[in-house]
Amino acid sequence: MAVDTDKNTYTVIFAGLMVVVVGSVLAFLASGLGPTIKQNERYATQQDILYAMGVNENGDDAGSVSKIPTDKVEAEFTNFIKEQFVIEDGKTTPNDEAFLIDLKKQLASKNKGNSYKLPLFVGEKDNKNYYIIPMYGKGLWDAIWGYIALDDTMTVQGVYFDHKAETAGLGANIKMRYFLDDFTGESILDGTKYAGIAVAKGNNDPLNNRKDDNAVDAIAGATITGNGVAAMISESVNLYKDYLETIRVK
Amino acid sequence: MALLTKKDANLILDPLTDNNPITIQVLGICSALAITAELKASIVMAISVIFVMGMGNVVVSLMRDIIPSKIRIIVQLIVVATLVIIVDQVLKAFAFELSKTLGAFIGLIITNCIIMGRFEAFALANGPWRSFLDGIGNALGYGVILIIVGFFRELFGSGTLLGYPVFGDPIMKTGLYATGYENNGFMILPPAALIVVGILIWVQRSKNPALVEEN
Repeated sequence: MAVDTDKNTYTVIFAGLMVVVVGSVLAFLASGLGPTIKQNERYATQQDILYAMGVNENGDDAGSVSKIPTDKVEAEFTNFIKEQFVIEDGKTTPNDEAFLIDLKKQLASKNKGNSYKLPLFVGEKDNKNYYIIPMYGKGLWDAIWGYIALDDTMTVQGVYFDHKAETAGLGANIKMRYFLDDFTGESILDGTKYAGIAVAKGNNDPLNNRKDDNAVDAIAGATITGNGVAAMISESVNLYKDYLETIRVK
Repeated sequence: MALLTKKDANLILDPLTDNNPITIQVLGICSALAITAELKASIVMAISVIFVMGMGNVVVSLMRDIIPSKIRIIVQLIVVATLVIIVDQVLKAFAFELSKTLGAFIGLIITNCIIMGRFEAFALANGPWRSFLDGIGNALGYGVILIIVGFFRELFGSGTLLGYPVFGDPIMKTGLYATGYENNGFMILPPAALIVVGILIWVQRSKNPALVEEN
């Protein structure tokens, strides 16, 4: 018997069934793949934190970013990251799961005037301490985030940036090595002020030889993403200012 | 018996040439402009669209006799959206790095008008096998143009291909840059894609005058 697909009852039943079928398929997929995706995200966070403190597999040529492979990252993370802290209401407490804290949620809570937790990582490499701060901000189209590793003179030891949806070939290049490498050696201090690092157009220093100007050369065609990166660094270091003052060598 | 009859083969070959979705039908231009600044993004987008369009055409074709005509566009949208979420989740689970590179592009597939166009124009009226071929053919036709545009934009905009320097180092002034050559910054901006697509349309129509519309 042929069904009259134009009848309203049929349409409503069809729509209902479609919702149930599609919903079940997606729910099944999400619960099946969920744990694998969570683990991937965990590894990615560890890779990014290690990358910022210079633990990576980058070659000598300024080619592409090469992180610690996922099968080694957990071991390397325990090896290099000596302590993890959570800063809440001015109190700093050790917490081994600090790297799982979602900074986006914490900043949203801060903006609502509620209490918030700030994760912080202390790494050690070649007998030198690295203080790694997570960052979160806005690019042109969507979120940008990253990590900045500082030493006790507030000199940048390395950075890592990533983005959700910046323009390919333009803003998306903030995660390219030629941009990331420029930050190393810059100071986030201007005198005693936590100034951050500007992403400057026309600072006439494309090779970034000047390390005392609180600025790196911008990417052509990515003004708004670049400004976002600069704003993100400045906001983040100011959030951690109280802690950084306690470790800074004056 | 051959796997594909001549008619079936044309379903794949036509969209590659004389019935190309981008250069002839001028569909899917939005993503052709947005993501072709780099060759890698173009290739990955092309592969993702091949999967979504091939599968989507089959699903819609199988459901063609039971879809109520009043809500068929919504049903087609749900099919595309579901497939796109599947691609996204599978990539996140098994190719995490790649899924991060793709980011927003995967979501953009939903808005690709070629997909809805093929569902509406072909899959609703044909069987699953022919719909599958039509989907693959159109996605290939779309992908080929994307890759050509991506090739020229990355080469002349950034002086690289798939991220590898082709012309030398623009900052240290080596290779071609030593002669005073500069990258064309305009090529990485979206309007450049429109010009490259325009040139492709021009080349194609001058080779085959039958494609030129009469005024």
